[in-house]
Amino acid sequence: MANTSGRVLGVNGNMVTVEFHSAISKNEVGFIQVGTDRLKGEVIRINGNTAALQVFEMTNGISVGDRVEFTDEMLSVSLGPGLLQQIYDGLQNPLPQLAEQCGFFLQRGVYLDAIPNKSWDFTPTVKVGDTLYPGDTFATVPEGLFTHQIMVPFTLADIPYKVVSIKKQGTYGVRDIVCIIEDDKANKKELSMVFTWPVKKAIKVYEERLRPDETLVTKIRIIDTFLPVAKGGTYCTPGPFGAGKTVLQHMTSRNADVDIVIIAACGERAGEVVEVLKEFPELTDPKTGRSLIERTIIICNTSSMPVASREASVYTAVTIAEYYRQMGLNILLLADSTSRWAQAMREMSGRLEEIPGEEAFPAYLESRIAEFYERAGKVRLKDGRIGSITIGGTVSPAGGNFEEPVTQATLKVVGAFHGLSRERSDARKYPAIEPLSSWSKYEGVIKKQKVEYARSILFRGSEINQMMKVVGEEGTSIADYATYQKSELLDACYLQQNSFDPVDSSVPVERQCYLFDLLFKVLASEFAFDDKKQVRSFFNTIRQHFLDWNNVPFQGERFKQIENEIVTLYKGKQAAIDPDAEKLI
Amino acid sequence: MQKVYSKIESIVGNVITVRAKGVRNSELAIVTTGTDQSYANVIKLDNDLVSLQVFSGAQGISTGDQVRFLGVPMRVSYTENLLGRVFDGTGSPRDNGPSLTDNMIDIGGPAVNPAKRIIPRNMIRTGIPMIDVFNTLVESQKLPIFSVSGEPYNELLARIAMQAEVDLIVLGGMGLKFDDYLFFKDTLEASGAMSRTIMFIHTASDPTVECMLVPDMALAVAERFALDGKKVLVLLTDMTNFADSMKEMAITMDQVPSNRGYPGDLYSSLASRYEKAVDFEGAGSVTILAVTTMPGDDVTHPVPDNTGYITEGQYYLKGGRIEPFGSLSRLKQQVNKDTRDDHRALMDGMIKLYASYKESVEKKSMGFMMTEWDEKLLKYGHLFETKLMDLSVNIPLEQALDLGWEILSQCFEPNETGLKSDLILSRWPKKLND
Repeated sequence: MANTSGRVLGVNGNMVTVEFHSAISKNEVGFIQVGTDRLKGEVIRINGNTAALQVFEMTNGISVGDRVEFTDEMLSVSLGPGLLQQIYDGLQNPLPQLAEQCGFFLQRGVYLDAIPNKSWDFTPTVKVGDTLYPGDTFATVPEGLFTHQIMVPFTLADIPYKVVSIKKQGTYGVRDIVCIIEDDKANKKELSMVFTWPVKKAIKVYEERLRPDETLVTKIRIIDTFLPVAKGGTYCTPGPFGAGKTVLQHMTSRNADVDIVIIAACGERAGEVVEVLKEFPELTDPKTGRSLIERTIIICNTSSMPVASREASVYTAVTIAEYYRQMGLNILLLADSTSRWAQAMREMSGRLEEIPGEEAFPAYLESRIAEFYERAGKVRLKDGRIGSITIGGTVSPAGGNFEEPVTQATLKVVGAFHGLSRERSDARKYPAIEPLSSWSKYEGVIKKQKVEYARSILFRGSEINQMMKVVGEEGTSIADYATYQKSELLDACYLQQNSFDPVDSSVPVERQCYLFDLLFKVLASEFAFDDKKQVRSFFNTIRQHFLDWNNVPFQGERFKQIENEIVTLYKGKQAAIDPDAEKLI
Repeated sequence: MQKVYSKIESIVGNVITVRAKGVRNSELAIVTTGTDQSYANVIKLDNDLVSLQVFSGAQGISTGDQVRFLGVPMRVSYTENLLGRVFDGTGSPRDNGPSLTDNMIDIGGPAVNPAKRIIPRNMIRTGIPMIDVFNTLVESQKLPIFSVSGEPYNELLARIAMQAEVDLIVLGGMGLKFDDYLFFKDTLEASGAMSRTIMFIHTASDPTVECMLVPDMALAVAERFALDGKKVLVLLTDMTNFADSMKEMAITMDQVPSNRGYPGDLYSSLASRYEKAVDFEGAGSVTILAVTTMPGDDVTHPVPDNTGYITEGQYYLKGGRIEPFGSLSRLKQQVNKDTRDDHRALMDGMIKLYASYKESVEKKSMGFMMTEWDEKLLKYGHLFETKLMDLSVNIPLEQALDLGWEILSQCFEPNETGLKSDLILSRWPKKLND
């Protein structure tokens, strides 16, 4: 069937209306011919014989009557070996290659191959006559740290196929035909190592979805202990500007205990992506000892790049994540920021003259956000292996007020909420996650009752602090003042973490538990103090010790020395142990 | 093919529509009203119905006026002759010089490929201690000055323009009071900085549409000079007026407003301008310093709020001083490690003490007893505010750091400052009687 063509009827911002005459489908990709440029667009609405295209480029120079060619394909990404380490824009255009070709600026209408044309060491895992289903592996190639599985395209109908021929072990180009399969009607399909998948459709060729029950270790204490994230779970990080959302995400992307990290920089500052681009190749992944960039894929559609491809960028990212999940890997997808993605939807909705919902966001905002986060999950694949996608999204609420549609819609669907606060970041308390209002539904690395006990001290401390603001220090009892100091100690030595210190910036689980145990004993102690001055000086000293302790290598000589000092210090003042806590020790 | 259309279908606000064929999106046109001419550009196409925004406003336009399409988008001349000149939002001369038509370049060009960006590395010295010491301005940074009306933000911009170590200054004025325009012009001329300055000025009495063009004009020119190896500083004042004129246009075009009447693409529109700040590897750079006035001193107002998410920090101008709290240069870490060994530590130490001073002031105002320590802090705060924070102070970074040590030594014992012992040993001023 020849591809459909049409002609431009109207232009309004990045929305172009097109008249067409034969069948086209929603979300189909069309190209608008403007002079020598071909501009990519996606059909988002069809009405009679006119279609509305959201164009992924600047629409200057488009004229009524310009030719539009429809491709008969939905907006898709290419999947195959060579995705790792790449830096793509929202439409999977490789940015470094684009720079080589076009220089400093993003020239419109230039679309390059997403998967580099290179050869791979191909090892078949099936033989002629074997039966395969879509999603089954027929060969492997080594891709950096991983064995990349070459799978039967998920796009094929879910019926059995027979292997007709397969290439022997050897080196083949990524787009060479390496395998031929046929269905029961003897229709042959030629397979290379690359295939495409429409981004807005979730890949579901797994056996079943599982409950996310394993903690995803981020090496950030406040998260792993108090507000954990699970492999296959979802979480969101809303916060006003300057509260450190992006720094927190970068910290997570460096230290998270996963196989692959996908960073979707969606509508944020270009400078922040540059830091990742320049720093990650220099940093080593403690888990594998290789460069961090080897496990990273960056989808980068920064704020000054076209809005429509910003909308596509989160889908591009999650589709690539789903592809790698099919190989039994654990993937962390960090989207920064989902508010910009929502705003892109809002802009388009406005152009389509849809009836606006709250703050002019479209009525389908909530379902789109839910749909996106639901693409996370831990799954059991058909061959029994387990893979997971964890999604962490930042939200940039207008005015830092969480009562806005994007934050609220996100909170409904995520499993953990890490709310950042301006007060904490102004006080330089990093990571600036507000410990009292944030929550998580997942299992952490430390026993729940203990964490609850510690959290209750935080609550009590904050209450006492409020009270002290009214009645002053002199109106507070010594016992209350000590509890307040305990909560401050927990905050300073556990919740806060120095991301610039080589030791403190990433704390493994073992060390977290060790630190928590000792800290817990201090929190559970009831001390004998004569006056508040004594309380203050005791806690100042012990805090200084804990802070020093956090900065020295685990179980080293100095570590043990400080530990002993802390133990002597708190035992010397201990009068009793809180019976509620004693049960837990 | 320059066909003339002489039937205007509708006139709403500053937007007119005509029926025309073969017109391109964003194309420029000339509307002739009697003897007056005005530029207009295409903002919407719907079959043969073309919507144009008229730069000089639609007052007095008649349905029988002529519209001539030029077949090119909005452009600005890019030559050395721009230097020292003043233009309006459409690029026509505002001074008495000739109009420039050589080497026309498009405005509002494509974004820089993030893969070609580099990590910023050069400090821009301004001679203002609150900037140089505490929130260093970095080449290729984009920084707004958040302020309320009435603050001396234009004076601050003018001072930075005169003192900043850059090759070229492009000043974009939006909705400026005429007095402010004259102030900039006179100040820059008096200081001799005019010869390296290009001004695109829209005053409050000029048509709104021109206001929207000013940043694009200024940044297009700045970008080209940067590509030719120049270090360019772009000063934009006031971006809130720019946002307000976008709001006006959006409402005229029946767009659904998102927040307090501003259009849904406010963030993207601001970002595409601010993101023009860049350091080109092997060439020059564009640094953007912009004024954003906050209506009612409300930082959650859509304009400062969206700006804060886009820019790399902000300067808060309050009570005629740059506030140390709230002000932030996100890029200062990239440069302040290489200035002087005591820069970072002194910066942090002094700010912490200043924070304690603020607490003491609060305690004092509530009638609590002042301890000896409080008295020390009060003295420190006073010295800090008069000797470092005052905007009239104009000293190089090194001298400002020395002054910082001097102030500390006048108020505190070394061990009260929380600074590291080795720094105190090398930097603490020797008393005369020692």
